[in-house]
Amino acid sequence: MNAVRRGLSSAVVQAFLVVIGLVWMTPLAGLFLSSLRSAEDTAEGGWWTVFTSPGQLSFDNYAALLENTGITQAFWNTVLISVPTTVLVVVVAALAGYAFAWLDFPGREPIFLVVVALLVVPVQIGLLPVAKLFGQLGLFGTIPGVVLFHVAYGLPFAVFLLRNYFAEMPKEMLEAARMDGGSEWRIFTRLVLPVGRPAIASLAIFQFLWVWNDMLVALLFADSSSQPLTVQLQSQIRQFGSNIDVLAPGAFLSLVVPVIVFFAFQRHFVQGVMAGSVK
Amino acid sequence: MTATLVKEASPPAPAQPDGARGRRLRRRGRVIALLFVLPALLLLGALVVYPVLFSVGRSLFDASGNEFVGGENYAEMFRDPTTLKAIRNTAIWVVVAPTLLTGLGLILAVLVEKVRWATAFKLLLFMPMAVSFLAAGIIFRLAYDQDPDKGVLNAAAVTVHDAFKGTSSYPAARARDGAGLTKEADGSYVTGAGVSPGGTAALGLVGVAPKDLPGDAEPAHAAASRTAGADEVRGVVYLDFTPGGGGEPGVVDRRESGLPGMKVEAVRDGRTVASTTTAADGSFRFTGLESGSYAVRLPAANFAPPYEGISWLGPALVTPAIIGAYLWIWTGFAMVLIGAGLSTLPRDALEAARMDGANEWQIFRRITVPLLAPVLTVVFVTLVINVMKVFDLVYIIAPGPVQEDATVLATQMWLVSFGGGNNQGLGSALGVLLLLLVIPAMVFNVRRFRRSQR
Repeated sequence: MNAVRRGLSSAVVQAFLVVIGLVWMTPLAGLFLSSLRSAEDTAEGGWWTVFTSPGQLSFDNYAALLENTGITQAFWNTVLISVPTTVLVVVVAALAGYAFAWLDFPGREPIFLVVVALLVVPVQIGLLPVAKLFGQLGLFGTIPGVVLFHVAYGLPFAVFLLRNYFAEMPKEMLEAARMDGGSEWRIFTRLVLPVGRPAIASLAIFQFLWVWNDMLVALLFADSSSQPLTVQLQSQIRQFGSNIDVLAPGAFLSLVVPVIVFFAFQRHFVQGVMAGSVK
Repeated sequence: MTATLVKEASPPAPAQPDGARGRRLRRRGRVIALLFVLPALLLLGALVVYPVLFSVGRSLFDASGNEFVGGENYAEMFRDPTTLKAIRNTAIWVVVAPTLLTGLGLILAVLVEKVRWATAFKLLLFMPMAVSFLAAGIIFRLAYDQDPDKGVLNAAAVTVHDAFKGTSSYPAARARDGAGLTKEADGSYVTGAGVSPGGTAALGLVGVAPKDLPGDAEPAHAAASRTAGADEVRGVVYLDFTPGGGGEPGVVDRRESGLPGMKVEAVRDGRTVASTTTAADGSFRFTGLESGSYAVRLPAANFAPPYEGISWLGPALVTPAIIGAYLWIWTGFAMVLIGAGLSTLPRDALEAARMDGANEWQIFRRITVPLLAPVLTVVFVTLVINVMKVFDLVYIIAPGPVQEDATVLATQMWLVSFGGGNNQGLGSALGVLLLLLVIPAMVFNVRRFRRSQR
């Protein structure tokens, strides 16, 4: 009797989770199928009609997208913004994280507390002042400007994460290296960075995604020649409904890279997002 | 979460060589240390700390930036109806979204433990975290589309609605004035003169475009000339319009079409005694009627406007709709984090409870939830901080005219400062308000860190 009831409840749980899973997949499936349909078909009926007339599906929209220089330029800009930002954040934060963990300098403790406090500062508060500053420096509307802003607002979390990870290294390891007469730079590159690889990987993935997916910062700091894909697509959303044949494949193009990163580095991805959620 | 990684991190034992050489070495060490932290400190100082101070100062000046107005911008925030709306919406977001997410995450985390494909399920639900708010915005803008031929949610809503309520076939049909049909208050049509058993009725309507006629509609002429038996009332409902002209109003002409699928009722003394539906040629027949005078009625359901689904992105539902999109993105996060906490629960406590005959619900209520409380708090607080800053989703999903109804602090700050408002004094004040709202989290982080260092 009990076994029957347990079997029944397990079936109910399974069915419930299957339904939730389907619900979760539907939006993405809808976007993907929409991206494969022509503007005329989209005007006629929803993406679910492909199940009855699969002849609608074609990659023509994607071919058109690759011809669209606005989109390809924006895709390239996204790469040019997110890759340098990720590298810079990792390098600058690793240097500072090591210093905060193991080097002695005046004000080390209070300065690090300030970094911890900066963790939750919303980017919104920086938009206006930094825009003015960049205007004076000639960085407004350029890719380096967008990158610098992202690096600065990525740093508190990055420094926090790496300092905490580095601080866990056994003291004896570092002292042995110092005894051997290694310079701090040598110790940093030969010992600290390799040991810190797991944390650095999680940080890099989190940071890359954050910047790849950003719209707000680039909306302000990038101009039409330096804007990433998110901003380029956003500017077309006003005619939503009439240009789904551009928006749907564009959105899919913008999400396929993060989703690949997600499946390739599941563990680091989840760890990075979990740790980064303190932001 | 990361703070749990932190163990004892004592400063390095300073090597203490004696004399002038030692002092020089130590000074050199400090210079090197400063070189290590300098890039980070410069960037943080110039692009984070300085802007915070600048914004606080700027918020005390008017739109032009020339006149000191003190707290005027902050007072304005609570006077201006749109800004007030933004504050109200942000409050709704902060209460509703984290609560739903934590609850949903908890339920799914507990349930997913019971199936063998837990990992695949967690991956699937976590995947939206990789998707940008922009892409998610486009996805949901599409899903929420008002047109049931575009938006999947309204397609579902209309299908369900029509399955239960039925569709009306002739929303635009009406009777000609003086053609013997009277329109009732509820939208139905009733014949003026009574019909007795053995009699016939021809109910002519207009206003249906030939292309809107059902494909199986046939001419009504033949059916209209049939005679009724002693205990029946026969008739046709037809389109009183001859394509190309030449028809006579009020008469079933040769080429005039019947209106199939029309509901028809026989009414006696205000009570419906029989009802039927017209055939392909528009004919209907009531049999087994007692003698007396009947009116023939076409009920209002025939003429109801088609159901158009739910206005997801209208002013009333836009915020719940956007919160729905937010749930799609963040549920996996809550579930995985709570699941991690779940796996650290003492197995023997759960087993002991099971031995004592507690059912699953009691275990969940009395043991799992209380033990998970710290994890649930972390999830909730994390979500609150993130929800306060929500920008992209609102900016993308809310259509232009509804933007004002959906606005939250972050979008309002953007609109006021850069999007036409161009009042950087008020914009800075909104930015400072956002900062003030996250200060409890800031204090919490600093405290937790200092505790972990002791």
